[in-house]
Amino acid sequence: MIRLTIEQLEAIKRYGERAYPEEGCGVLLGWVDGEMKVVQEIRPTPNVRRDSPHNRYAIAPQELLRLEREARVRGREVLGFFHSHPDAEARPSSDDLEHAWPWYSYLIVSVRAAVSESVHSWVLREDRSRFDQEEILIG
Amino acid sequence: MSVTILLPTALRRYAAESDVLRVEGRTVREALAHLVEHYPDLGHHLFTEDGRLRHFVNVYVNDEDVRYLQDLETPLKEGDEITIVPSVAGGRGGPSSDGSDLSEIARRAEQLQLSPEEILRYSRHLIMPEVTLEGQRRLKAARVLIVGAGGLGSPLALYLAAAGVGHLGIVDFDVVDFTNLQRQVLYTTHDVGRPKLQTAKERLHAINPHIEIETYETRLTSANARDILKEYDVIVDGTDNFPTRYLVNDACVLLGKPNVYGSIFRFEGQASVFYARQGPCYRCLYPEPPPPGLVPSCAEGGVLGVLPGIIGAIQANETIKLILGQGEPLIGRLMLFDAWRMQVRMVKVRKDPQCPICGEHPTIRELIDYEEFCGVEPEPVLAEELEITPRELKRRLDRGERLFLLDVREPHEWQIAHLPGATLIPMNRIPACLHELPTTDEIVVYCKTGGRSAQVLRFLYNAGFRRIKNLKGGINRWAIEVDPSVPRY
Repeated sequence: MIRLTIEQLEAIKRYGERAYPEEGCGVLLGWVDGEMKVVQEIRPTPNVRRDSPHNRYAIAPQELLRLEREARVRGREVLGFFHSHPDAEARPSSDDLEHAWPWYSYLIVSVRAAVSESVHSWVLREDRSRFDQEEILIG
Repeated sequence: MSVTILLPTALRRYAAESDVLRVEGRTVREALAHLVEHYPDLGHHLFTEDGRLRHFVNVYVNDEDVRYLQDLETPLKEGDEITIVPSVAGGRGGPSSDGSDLSEIARRAEQLQLSPEEILRYSRHLIMPEVTLEGQRRLKAARVLIVGAGGLGSPLALYLAAAGVGHLGIVDFDVVDFTNLQRQVLYTTHDVGRPKLQTAKERLHAINPHIEIETYETRLTSANARDILKEYDVIVDGTDNFPTRYLVNDACVLLGKPNVYGSIFRFEGQASVFYARQGPCYRCLYPEPPPPGLVPSCAEGGVLGVLPGIIGAIQANETIKLILGQGEPLIGRLMLFDAWRMQVRMVKVRKDPQCPICGEHPTIRELIDYEEFCGVEPEPVLAEELEITPRELKRRLDRGERLFLLDVREPHEWQIAHLPGATLIPMNRIPACLHELPTTDEIVVYCKTGGRSAQVLRFLYNAGFRRIKNLKGGINRWAIEVDPSVPRY
């Protein structure tokens, strides 16, 4: 389960809309409370897939390293990532599956014609066969 | 050495919820092995069955990605910090940008069959466990574009055709010339005067009739590059000039295609694979072209004929590895080859995060004017009065006029042939030898084809000389129009 505030959800949607027609992406920082991931910060990052940004995204490892270090100092950790799907559903694709890490929450926002629709969260199954939808708790 | 390892959140539960661990090791490999010894579940997530780091795992020692150091053999110092950073990627999916991903080759290969003739033809590939029928089907499914059918393009095309690359595209607008035959092994003496692509297609089909060859008898420009390149999976750069190299690189980055690079100069060669998705591009290595005129072309500097044969074959090798998805391609590495000393050096090339086209904040999103970028200016035309044709010169000499024939080439060129009665002062010695030039007689300056002599003429004009003329077309044109006994070179 992952907990976000309404403002954080809106921020993710706006990043998706601003990036349209490209995919926007970023990192979710916060802390873990038992089974719950509590998001404290949304940090957008540049999409380094310049060759195909309208249907692929990637976060530069140096960028992630930097954010992780910074977060550590403030007692926070990387809980997962968000990215947008321009003109497509907020469901993970085979490309999402191929690159996914277990445990992290992968938030996907669908953006159609520059307007965001739904946000869903997904966690990779241990056997890497598929994602399971994760409940988003608002509050 | 005692070092710390920082694990990403996702892996902590395999290490008893610790995120900072102290381990021992003299190299990264040893440190990770120590880690996995205590926490075996981690090993499965970090390494493949054959002990290599999984492609979506990045390992940093302090601030450096070990890929740019010595990979897992990177030595450690006391107190170093190893951070394991996940590669985060994905996306909506579907065909990426203009249609092709290297993994699409595998998908296309599934639809293909090999005929009995093809199986016989490729048997030496098929019996290798690294290739097999599946690999050969990939080669057949692959679409490779070769830019330039010259010194590098010749061995490239020959070996890729022989290997069974199913679709070969070749770009060249040139005609076969005698001076090509010393190294461009696609062509024979018979072919002199014919367009290169006509001969290439015939010769390659003779080697392998099972492949398709598409020819583009045109100059590659910013206007047509994207359209031509987008149809192919792998682009091989066999060009001979900087503007086209930058054009091919930029188009490949924007289209997401790997660019198999090779270059030659006299007896030195370079090769690499620029694949912006996974490593550096050409601009990361050479952000700026050299000032125009600094690096001579093969026509000006010369080249050992066999050298492009070696480098072109290496490029073919890299292309085949990319298609098969096997072996270790030169992504992130530059091979420097010295044929004279028989030395090979490998240099690591980093992806430049500030690269204007493939970096984190790119500023180039469209193809630009590459001639302008490389400082290639159109030559200012010499005034007519300052030029003389070989025939005119012959007429004037026959009339008994006193003319000072100034040869500005190099001594080894003089030895091949020179005009009777000429004086040799190589081009870069002219400024120091101005006092040796006559002030009353007319000076006719010549070189091989008229380029260098035109530069010298401008220099003399600016120095105050007025009774000067440039021999149009140089000694080569003299040999064609006036005296065929003079060898051309």
